[in-house]
Amino acid sequence: MTLDKAKVGQVYTVVRVGGQGAARRRLLDMGILPGTALELTGAAPLGDPVELRLRGYTLTLRRADGAQVEVAPGHQLRQEEGRDWIW
Amino acid sequence: MVTIALAGNPNAGKTTLFNALTGDNQFVGNWPGVTVEKREGAWTGDKSVHILDLPGVYSLSPYTPEEEVTRRFLVEKRPDAILNLVDGACLERSLYLTTQLLELGIPTVVAVNRLDLLKGRGQALDLDFLSQRLGCPVVALSAAKGAGVTEAAQQVVAAARQGEPPAPKPVFNQRTQRALEDIGLLARDVLPQTGRDWYLGKLFEGETETDRALGVGIALRQRLEVIIAACEADLGADREEILAAGRYAFAGELARRGLTRGKGGASLTQRLDRLFLHRVLALPLFGLVLLGMFWFAVCLVGGWTQGLGEDLLTGSWTFLGRAHPGLVPLLAYGLDKLSCSPWLTSLILEGIVAGVGAVLSFLPQLAALFLCLTFLEGCGYLSRGAYLLDRLVRRFGLSGKSVVPYILACGCGVPGILSCRTIRRESCRRLTAMTATFLPCGAKLPVIALIAAGAFPGCWWVAPLAYLIGGAAALFSGWLLSGSRWFPREDLPFLLELPDYRLPRWGELLRGTGRRLGEFVKKAASLLVLASVAVWFAASFGWSQDGFCYLAGSGLECSLLAWVGEVLAPFFAPLGWGDWRLAVAALSGLLAKESIVSTLAVLCPGGLPAPLVTPASALSFLLFNLLCAPCLAALSALRQELASPRHFRLAVAYQTTLAWLTAFGIYQVGSLLGRL
Repeated sequence: MTLDKAKVGQVYTVVRVGGQGAARRRLLDMGILPGTALELTGAAPLGDPVELRLRGYTLTLRRADGAQVEVAPGHQLRQEEGRDWIW
Repeated sequence: MVTIALAGNPNAGKTTLFNALTGDNQFVGNWPGVTVEKREGAWTGDKSVHILDLPGVYSLSPYTPEEEVTRRFLVEKRPDAILNLVDGACLERSLYLTTQLLELGIPTVVAVNRLDLLKGRGQALDLDFLSQRLGCPVVALSAAKGAGVTEAAQQVVAAARQGEPPAPKPVFNQRTQRALEDIGLLARDVLPQTGRDWYLGKLFEGETETDRALGVGIALRQRLEVIIAACEADLGADREEILAAGRYAFAGELARRGLTRGKGGASLTQRLDRLFLHRVLALPLFGLVLLGMFWFAVCLVGGWTQGLGEDLLTGSWTFLGRAHPGLVPLLAYGLDKLSCSPWLTSLILEGIVAGVGAVLSFLPQLAALFLCLTFLEGCGYLSRGAYLLDRLVRRFGLSGKSVVPYILACGCGVPGILSCRTIRRESCRRLTAMTATFLPCGAKLPVIALIAAGAFPGCWWVAPLAYLIGGAAALFSGWLLSGSRWFPREDLPFLLELPDYRLPRWGELLRGTGRRLGEFVKKAASLLVLASVAVWFAASFGWSQDGFCYLAGSGLECSLLAWVGEVLAPFFAPLGWGDWRLAVAALSGLLAKESIVSTLAVLCPGGLPAPLVTPASALSFLLFNLLCAPCLAALSALRQELASPRHFRLAVAYQTTLAWLTAFGIYQVGSLLGRL
């Protein structure tokens, strides 16, 4: 599933960051990387943008941009993938 | 001379630290991107040490123009040392930038800020561990409290004098490190020795800008691609991901081991956000906060000080039970005693004092408005506004980040326009800058008050209507212009950090308000006096039977000003106010909006001129002046911000056309309704 379909109050793990160029680069720089755990802590009154908690800070992004970020519910992916060393 | 650059994430506290180091009193807003240009100052401890406050960045790959300022300065100008301010409250993300700064090979001291907050949470920093891993001195400080600031400055000056580049432990994993070394071997002829690691990373990422700067040819790029592709295949990730993940892994480990975990539980910010970002309550609360601000400034403070300026100036005022004459009677008496010539008396009393005085009585209101805005900016609520309203303003081709400039523009257009710098999309940034002045600024308040009192006595809705129409004009323009040839749509992500709330301290608030008010007074003292004198001169001199001479208060109709006004008046006739005095007033508004009031005070001492008595033409006059091209100061800020003469001309033409059409529509519809 992608981040734009995520529900408020749930914890997710990033699986893949799509998109390209500067847009993708910005997501990576803000710490949205495969293996990153994040919590969807809220949504703006009109349902968009959403509020995320990750790496000890609060980030907001539009759902449309979240469509580029593939996530899995919960946070146990790290060991399964065996890619712990890179994250 | 030693140059020290302050670098760090947006909102990390760089400007507070800069103030503490240089004794400057720049106000610090609590929203990412307060510093849009680099600022310089001398360290109070040693005047030969120059300190530069760079705009905050999350990374050295530039996105917004102010991030580019930082990157270009660090890479091309290379300061003697960097003081990297790191936010203790989100250490991991802050250290991500640190890993990039260290690669530049510039002597660096890392300073962990918000020591007081960490102590309050019961968290302890392991400075030795951090320093050993980062390969540079690490200090802890609290910029707001001033603790540890001098020590940090001494450390960084010592580092600059020694010139020792930082020697961090390897940031990336072995596979990446090997690829970087291979690239270093292949590209050894083009790689500069200073900042070698930084260029290696950029070659790995394949950034075209760096390739061009270093002169990397097609053949070399192809050979590099082989190495990079092999590394990508081995790690199962692409190049940008590999580097970003490597940096975050390094930064994350440092944050976990260098800082003990604190007490859990919801922080104050989280609890406040449950209310202020509540799904249902957030928007009404946001509206209430803004309404409260205007109520406080305009109704409460404005009502309380109303007439005070007038009494001090022209009437008499009572102090300790005795009546004292105002400034004008006093001056008139004094000038008479000195047997001043009539034209000089007229210049001082009718030109300068009447003109400037008409505006200065609005200073308390303006001060209250600036105080409120400074508080909203400083506590961190303004960036919440961007988040809350993004969805709404996006429909009009703008971004949530346009909300901060719009609200700041209600105080003064210049800071409003300058704060557009944080908007990443160029066309959106330009649109926001050129529409921000549609919102009535503090200097337009006297104009609104003049019209409201003159043409709509007892009506409360004139001022709210002005703000409503200003906001609607901004949104309408966004809708109309975005996606056009001039403002193409761009799809770039909207990523905005919500900073923790903090209570601005009184001294900080008062200094911030004082600075903005001071700028306004300075403008009033220069441009407004100039405008008043010019208007007085043009109104008092002209052609009479004896040729060009001083008209001595009579025969305003043959003055120079009347001549200029008569030329302009036909342009405004369809708007219902083709009176030359009003045409001149609108023209003088280009110097400073408040000078509309002072001009009318000089030209029509008895109250509003005849055409403005009907509601339709009064409203049309007000709207034209609210929406047309802003004052000189705002125009020069706009010109600088748009960075394109074509867009600047377009913006001014658009603003004036929109103002004319709106005023025309209002007048025609209004007078039609009046006739029915």
